[in-house]
Amino acid sequence: MSATVTDEDIAARAVDVWKVYGSGEAEVIALRNVSVTLKRGQFTAIMGPSGSGKSTLMHCLAGLDTVTRGTAQIGTTALTGLSDRALTTLRRDKVGFIFQQFNLLPTLSAKENILLPLSIAGTKPDQAWFRQVIEAVGLSDRLEHRPSQLSGGQQQRVACARALASRPEVVFADEPTGNLDSRSGTEVLGFLRNSVRDFGQTIVMVTHDPNAAAYADRVIFLADGRIVDELHDPTSSDVLDKLKSLDAAGPADEPFGAV
Amino acid sequence: MLRATVKSLLSRKLRLTLSAMAVVLGVMFVAGAFVLTDTIGRSFDSMFTTAFSTIDVQVVSTPRAGQDSQDTVVADPVPERLVDTVQDVDGVATATGVVFVDGAKPLSPKTGKILSGGYGMPSFGGNWVGEDDLIQLRSGRSPTADDEVVINAGLAGLGKFAIDGPIDLLVTSPDGQLKQTFTIVGIFGYSGDRDSLIGETTTMFTTATAQRLLYGQEGLFSEIDVVAADGQSPTALRDRIRQAVGPSYQVKTGEELAETQSDAMREGLSFINYILLGFAGIALFVGVFIILNTFSIIVAQRMRELALIRALGASRNQILAAVLAEALVIGLIASVVGLGAGVGIGWLIAAFFDLSIAGIGVPANAIIASFAVGIIVTVVAAFLPALRASRIPPMAALQEAATPDRPLTRITLGGGIITLGGATALLIGLTGRAGDQTLWTIIGGVLVTFIGIALLTPVIARPAVSLLGRVFAWSMPGELGRRNTARNPRRTAITAAALMVGVALVTAISTIFSSASASISDTLDKDLDAHLIVSGLQASQNAPTFSPDVLTDARALADVDTVAACWYDVARWNSKPTFVTATDDVAALMSISGASAAEGAVDRLGPGQVVLDDDTAKDRDLAVGSTVELGFSRSDPRPFTVVGIYHETEMASGLVVSAEEATDFRARDPQLALIRLDDEGNTEAVRDQVETLLADNPEISVSDRSDYVDQQTSMFDTILTFIQVLLALAMLIAVLGVINTLVLSIIERTRELGMLRAIGLSRAQTTRMITVESVVISLFGALLGVGAGAGLGAATVEALRDEGFTTLTFPVSLMVAYLVLAGIVGIIAAVFPAIRAVRLNILNAIAYE
Repeated sequence: MSATVTDEDIAARAVDVWKVYGSGEAEVIALRNVSVTLKRGQFTAIMGPSGSGKSTLMHCLAGLDTVTRGTAQIGTTALTGLSDRALTTLRRDKVGFIFQQFNLLPTLSAKENILLPLSIAGTKPDQAWFRQVIEAVGLSDRLEHRPSQLSGGQQQRVACARALASRPEVVFADEPTGNLDSRSGTEVLGFLRNSVRDFGQTIVMVTHDPNAAAYADRVIFLADGRIVDELHDPTSSDVLDKLKSLDAAGPADEPFGAV
Repeated sequence: MLRATVKSLLSRKLRLTLSAMAVVLGVMFVAGAFVLTDTIGRSFDSMFTTAFSTIDVQVVSTPRAGQDSQDTVVADPVPERLVDTVQDVDGVATATGVVFVDGAKPLSPKTGKILSGGYGMPSFGGNWVGEDDLIQLRSGRSPTADDEVVINAGLAGLGKFAIDGPIDLLVTSPDGQLKQTFTIVGIFGYSGDRDSLIGETTTMFTTATAQRLLYGQEGLFSEIDVVAADGQSPTALRDRIRQAVGPSYQVKTGEELAETQSDAMREGLSFINYILLGFAGIALFVGVFIILNTFSIIVAQRMRELALIRALGASRNQILAAVLAEALVIGLIASVVGLGAGVGIGWLIAAFFDLSIAGIGVPANAIIASFAVGIIVTVVAAFLPALRASRIPPMAALQEAATPDRPLTRITLGGGIITLGGATALLIGLTGRAGDQTLWTIIGGVLVTFIGIALLTPVIARPAVSLLGRVFAWSMPGELGRRNTARNPRRTAITAAALMVGVALVTAISTIFSSASASISDTLDKDLDAHLIVSGLQASQNAPTFSPDVLTDARALADVDTVAACWYDVARWNSKPTFVTATDDVAALMSISGASAAEGAVDRLGPGQVVLDDDTAKDRDLAVGSTVELGFSRSDPRPFTVVGIYHETEMASGLVVSAEEATDFRARDPQLALIRLDDEGNTEAVRDQVETLLADNPEISVSDRSDYVDQQTSMFDTILTFIQVLLALAMLIAVLGVINTLVLSIIERTRELGMLRAIGLSRAQTTRMITVESVVISLFGALLGVGAGAGLGAATVEALRDEGFTTLTFPVSLMVAYLVLAGIVGIIAAVFPAIRAVRLNILNAIAYE
């Protein structure tokens, strides 16, 4: 981890974060004293076996879940202690989401889906930005289609465009390629990579797939609720090797299983 | 398979509870009706057994031929000498002459208005014959002087009367109605600590006063009450007395009388029963829609599960049986709960009418009807969804996406045919071509039409709700709500149809009533050429009347041009009850009513003469010179000669005889006077003068034309108010349906909601989205209802054009009110689902598989 990071460079940060579910006998510790700083304009992948806490970390950083101890922040805003209303506004304005299941509204057209966060906020879309985004995802000729008329890859590209539409501080992507065939997956990952390169977008992606992780600038490895390692600008075989070494070190029964 | 049924039921408690509520309400009213009938029946039995407990045998005059129903009997008095005849019969301990007539109306000391124990409750006047096992003085003494009375405790309570205080009475005597002041010397009650028997008021005079007041002369009684000597059987004694008094008198045992009276009272209150059964019918009809919808959604949600079971080897019939078994269990539970609630309702109503003295009971037929209705309705409603469930192919388990929307062609075609069938039945019923089955043809036609419209609803649902939703689409949440509504047209349609039924019924009835009001008003404007109308509203068996002296005095007033008075009676004409008018000035009556002669003369009438309208003459094949046999309430049939036939108008129809015949009418005094002023006449001034003439008569009012129109149409307002209660019930059930649909939709769209919340939809916006969906569905249902109801009402009015419906008027303000109400209902229905949606855990929702 680089030593000096100024405040303006921080897209999201977790400091000494603990996340504990349940209590007593049923207590499950999902995150143990995790600290991580995500820099602006970086594409970060979070990897780790099932139950390693990678999704929890993402949810805490994204303001979807609360931390038990420690602090999480997006940009310069600390999430701890914010009301539901404030968190909702924060998510709306500063966070973009890409889900494994696409999660588009079937009643809306592709264009309406993309502009949904802006419509909810009641703000007018920046037309130039909108055109730039849809060109980048290659959906210019599919804007009036309903999700049911689009392929899985196209739907996920709509979801990507939706995440970017409001120029959020961070885009969180949860297994964005998990439901896609490899060609569509490559398209989506390429788009994410490009948006970091071309638009300076910060992206955090949770994934199982070493090939997907290889698109990232930085890969953080979690195991048992702790950050155990990280790689910078890795290749997919770097990632695979690292995973294998982690596998040998700790118990992880289903590294490539479902969420 | 059964275990799977139970498990699936348990996992869907909430939505099944909501859909079962409609059945619960329906069963509740069914059970309530049966319990009430039973309770009231036993209460009346016990009440009248008590009332006649002191009478072994009673002697009254034999009613005239043809006067068989309780309502039309006007028994002649019994002469005093007959008391001695009866007393002399072997086995008679005492024979007492009793005066007891519904004709002594007490007036409130405060307002001067008539005090009544309730609508239609009699006001008895009689002679005090001393205490017995039934009647005991609670305070004071027997009346001895002409101006002394004792009153029942019920009346004392009503008017806050006390011993030694005065009481004003309006007494109906053969010489007309007179108001007189008496002194209360005693207050009596009935055995069992009752203040009255059924809520009636009773005033007792000395025997001579009672006879003079109520019969116009001494020596006459209403009845002779006989107590048998010890050891005498009442039946044997009855037969002996019958022999002694001859065929002019009717002799019955106390037991027989109690039975007759109790039956009559039961009949009189059977309307409550019909109301409850009507409520039940509507609740269940609407319930069918809701259950159908719930099961459809459940089956759709379990598509893959059911397909898997099929793939594992379950047969179609097993699936069908499993879904129907679920319906059976729900029906069973709903019936039990409904029965319990029905017993409560029945008891409450009985207690409200003070008729629960026999205690609450649950008759076997209440239980049988409850379970039959509850289970059959539920299972029938679930049948279609069950059939669809059984037709899910095993392959569906392997397919990813939900099945595409089924085309609406078949359902639309079916809906069209059914609507047409229903409308045809309705038309046949309304035009009176269904004979004895008219009522059922109409009801059946309405129900079938509703089902047809409900089937047609999905086709119009998508464009309609899309259009309606535009009103709310100014913000993204509203737009999302609007689109959600159009998502599943079948579901939206059935939910809305449930609401439609109630609104349509009420709109139709309101349309009919407002048209009736308008028609009456038009008719009166056209055919009533009078400035003032003297009349009263009938509240009991005795119509309000006024003294004929008022007519003489009114004719003498300056500016009064013409006065036509009317007496009314139900006569027997060829043994059929026929409405007859008597008038003291037939020429005036005809001219004020806008009627003119068609044949013969209709400007004068003598004794034994009758004029009638052209329609009746044609129907009965009568001409001037023909003879008709008419028997009035107090006379045997005698011949009348037709001297004139007039053109019927809305105001003048039927048989008209001269005022002399009115002495044989039930009410011997006029009930209506129509006054026309001359050109200089000031309506208000003359009205004040006529009112002065009637100062002593609180029952009769003097109205100008617009007051009279209001008076004649006020009855409709009362019924309309009652109909609104029906609407409230139907709406309540429909709300359950809307809630149900919304909750199910939210469960289906959990992941979607999670996503929306994740990307920044606030709680308030989520609530708005769901509220818009709810309001749009409700408004759609109400619009359908208002439309269907207006159509139904208009069709009825058209069909009844010949019956006096001259004007079709829509109750526009009410229709708007229904729409507003539907909007409010939509907002209310959204509350619970919205809370559910807002409390959704975003993480779980996104992870939801």
